[in-house]
Amino acid sequence: MTFTPSTPAGAAPADTPLAVRSTGSGRGPRRRRSRFHSASRIAILVIVLGYLILPLFAMLEFSTRGDYGSRSLQSYAAILSNPNLIDGIATSLEVAVLTVLGMLLLLVPTMTWTVIRVPRMRRVVEFLCLLPLAIPAIVLVVGIAPMYRWMGQHLGAFGGSPLTLVFVDIILVLPFAYRAIDAGLRAVDVATLADAARSLGAGWPRTILQVIVPNIRGGILAASVLAVALVLGEYTISSLLSFNTLQVVIFLLGRRDAFVSVAVSLAALMFAFVLLIVIARFGAGSRAEQAAEEEPVR
Amino acid sequence: MAGAKAFEPASPDPPVAGPAMRGAGARRSSGFRDYLALVPFHAYVALFLILPTLIVAVGALTTAEGQTTLSNVQTMFTDQVFIDAFMRSLQLALITAIAGAILGGLLTWAVATGDPNGALRTLVVAASGVLAQFGGVMLAFAFLATFGFNALVPNIFKNVLHVNVMTDPSWLYGLTGLAAVYTYFQIPLMLIVFLPALDGLRQEWYDASASLGGSSWSFWRHVGGPILAPSFLGALLLLFTNAFSAYATAAALVSQGAPIITLQISNALTSEIVLGRENVGKALALGMIVVVGLVMTLYALIQRRASRWVR
Amino acid sequence: MTATTAGTATAERAGVAVQFQDLHRWYGKVHALDGLTIDIAPGELVALLGPSGCGKTTALRALGGLDEVDAGRILVDGRDMTHVPANKRGMGIVFQAYSLFPNMTTIDNVGYGLRLRGVGAVDRRKRATEMLELVGLAKQADRYPYQMSGGQQQRVALARALAIEPKVLLLDEPLSALDAKVRRQLREEIRRIQIAVGTTTLFVTHDQEEALALGDRVGVMSAGRLEQIASPTELYDRPRTAFVAEFVGLTNRLRGVADAGAVQILGTRVPLLEGSAGTGPVTALVRPESVKLTPEDGANAHVLAVSFLGSLCRTQVALPDGDLVVAQMAAAEMAGLAPGVAVRVTVAPSPVFAVTG
Repeated sequence: MTFTPSTPAGAAPADTPLAVRSTGSGRGPRRRRSRFHSASRIAILVIVLGYLILPLFAMLEFSTRGDYGSRSLQSYAAILSNPNLIDGIATSLEVAVLTVLGMLLLLVPTMTWTVIRVPRMRRVVEFLCLLPLAIPAIVLVVGIAPMYRWMGQHLGAFGGSPLTLVFVDIILVLPFAYRAIDAGLRAVDVATLADAARSLGAGWPRTILQVIVPNIRGGILAASVLAVALVLGEYTISSLLSFNTLQVVIFLLGRRDAFVSVAVSLAALMFAFVLLIVIARFGAGSRAEQAAEEEPVR
Repeated sequence: MAGAKAFEPASPDPPVAGPAMRGAGARRSSGFRDYLALVPFHAYVALFLILPTLIVAVGALTTAEGQTTLSNVQTMFTDQVFIDAFMRSLQLALITAIAGAILGGLLTWAVATGDPNGALRTLVVAASGVLAQFGGVMLAFAFLATFGFNALVPNIFKNVLHVNVMTDPSWLYGLTGLAAVYTYFQIPLMLIVFLPALDGLRQEWYDASASLGGSSWSFWRHVGGPILAPSFLGALLLLFTNAFSAYATAAALVSQGAPIITLQISNALTSEIVLGRENVGKALALGMIVVVGLVMTLYALIQRRASRWVR
Repeated sequence: MTATTAGTATAERAGVAVQFQDLHRWYGKVHALDGLTIDIAPGELVALLGPSGCGKTTALRALGGLDEVDAGRILVDGRDMTHVPANKRGMGIVFQAYSLFPNMTTIDNVGYGLRLRGVGAVDRRKRATEMLELVGLAKQADRYPYQMSGGQQQRVALARALAIEPKVLLLDEPLSALDAKVRRQLREEIRRIQIAVGTTTLFVTHDQEEALALGDRVGVMSAGRLEQIASPTELYDRPRTAFVAEFVGLTNRLRGVADAGAVQILGTRVPLLEGSAGTGPVTALVRPESVKLTPEDGANAHVLAVSFLGSLCRTQVALPDGDLVVAQMAAAEMAGLAPGVAVRVTVAPSPVFAVTG
């Protein structure tokens, strides 16, 4: 279900014909909005944002219900004392970490290599990375189930553990991770950096690890955070392969204890929100510099 | 303006050389060894993406005994259950894509016309990033907490407004509920995909239109609208694919039957009721690939067209 | 050659007079326009020159109605236009980049203003084609902006602006985004067209060569204020403030002692320009062509480097007190000058501007 292109919509341009700046900024022109414009804007914001906020508020209200109509955090406390939930969280986190590592190991050298050495393959790699978008998770799991059966039979303890989810999660993550890392690579002249490093005597592994990677830190971080968010939210494949990841556990719990399941859902949501703010902060530094450079000379 | 110059003012320091050419310089031709480094990636994708897809495609065309057949695919078109499921999935995807595009588009406009550095924009964009990734199960529970049994909205109607409305949450478990929930995650997705397009409208175009005598309406009708149309359409297609492929939400909400195609596929995968029906699930999956593939190809074509203008 | 408008009798007087009267504009705490007052004569091309942030673009946008002013008036052809919305001002604008509507062909772009005015399709196409011929791009009528070079796009933008027969033509650094060679070519073309059509024009740029080559008059701006507005020659020979003296052309900073309207520099008594610091130790701003070098054994200044620039030659000289000076002369006069050669440095008696210190 998750279908988020990772292009940062957040970066606000220096100038758009639509934007109205508050007077205090002291930077650009201030355009007066017509009253119709202002009124419709507010109406839209109230209605649409209201629709979006309502379920979140409902979750908060629902999960903080105590006994006899009081407010309490008991549902949240119950998360910690629920072994299935703890297991689910742990499993998902383990899979998430391994997915991030696997994804980085697979993508960073490959993408860097196509930029520096084999530009002709850039299109191919891009296509392959975006291909998962055209193959719904439900379809993927149908095709991959036989492979997982095989793994369960022939790879012993590992083959049957949830950690094998890493293999398919990396695929799910590819489109978003690709976009994030690609943005990072485009922002820096990787080819010249590599040339410089090589001319000074560095070998390829060193060039990639010590020269390229630090310069695309932002893209790598963004890709990693998106990967974590995706893995934590993944349900389709986990459930149909019968692994007890976080979402599966929440689902099963929902039948029995609605309050705790809503509480943990809200907590997961907040966690993802914090993670995304982290990328925004981290990426904001370089984006602000870029935006400043692109300001037209007045 | 012919004629000799009366004087030539001493020009200032020569202009600084332009930024270093990117990607220029000797790119030694790629040898065999260079391609070798790309093998791990391709092998991985081949194994975990291409192969499963092929398994689905081949399986769809194979009987339980292993013979090639079109019967599975035929079943898709003859069995009323499957036809209905496909239709419902398509309808659901289309309706929620349009609803999401319109509501999300309006929201995007409202955000884009605000302060680019303001709190509203930052928060809404960040929140959209999260909500669009909001796992289907959690979202389903969120709606249950809102409209379900003993949930917020019915309680407000009952206890605060003393009106007996929305006490029966069964609508949530059917197509109406799915539509409501799907629209919920379509809106933030629309914002994320469409906002860059709105931001890409250049100040200069608006000013030029005004200076030539155009009103706000003229600008939108002749310049803004046509420029945004491809992006809007592309976003709509993306939303369609998103809803069509969704599984988790439906799995969490729908308790009886399998009204949409993704649920049909999961049923086929998990139930061993009818021998030989297993490959029908693969046929359904193949059908999904075809639909999504078509839509994504259309999307790619539109994107290419749109980016050509607005370089 | 920057001909004054009075000389070109054949041009149609399509232009109107424009006046900025004591304009003020604030962005937050920044005083973008600080009492700007300019009178532009009908058909005149005034170039506004200044560094980034000096307010020149703000002034142009204010005239075009794209920005508001907080105080002061803008008069066009005698009418107060200060609060008239942009789409009712009848002005043509060319921007630095992204001028053209990307979704329309060249001819549709040029005809846009006419279309808004209700001109029929046939007449529109005719007039647009005329305009395109004026800028030499009639063959590109059915192309899209992305298919054309930057220079071509700017020419189409000019055609589009002129198609509506504007009262005033506003050019906001139209050449700044182009290659050096294209810039020079286009500059001449713009001037030629402007004189032929006779529209009053405001040309904003940060490139002084452009401003001096194009303008009937050039206004130098700094920090929202107009430092000086005069013909290019007057600006160059008789700057009224230190800013203008240093911004326009190259200057050497030479120390001297001033009194009674003149300054003593390197042994020569040079008259001071109006506005200079009057007495005591001053720094005089001397043009390179006013610095004279004579090779002389035993002199205490010596040549550091010689740059051959075709018809000119520039020589860097180190003075005994450590100051550096650049002298400019015709290439023919560079005989005998080479790095290390001892030279005597003197200054020609043309008037200079001086500041205290």
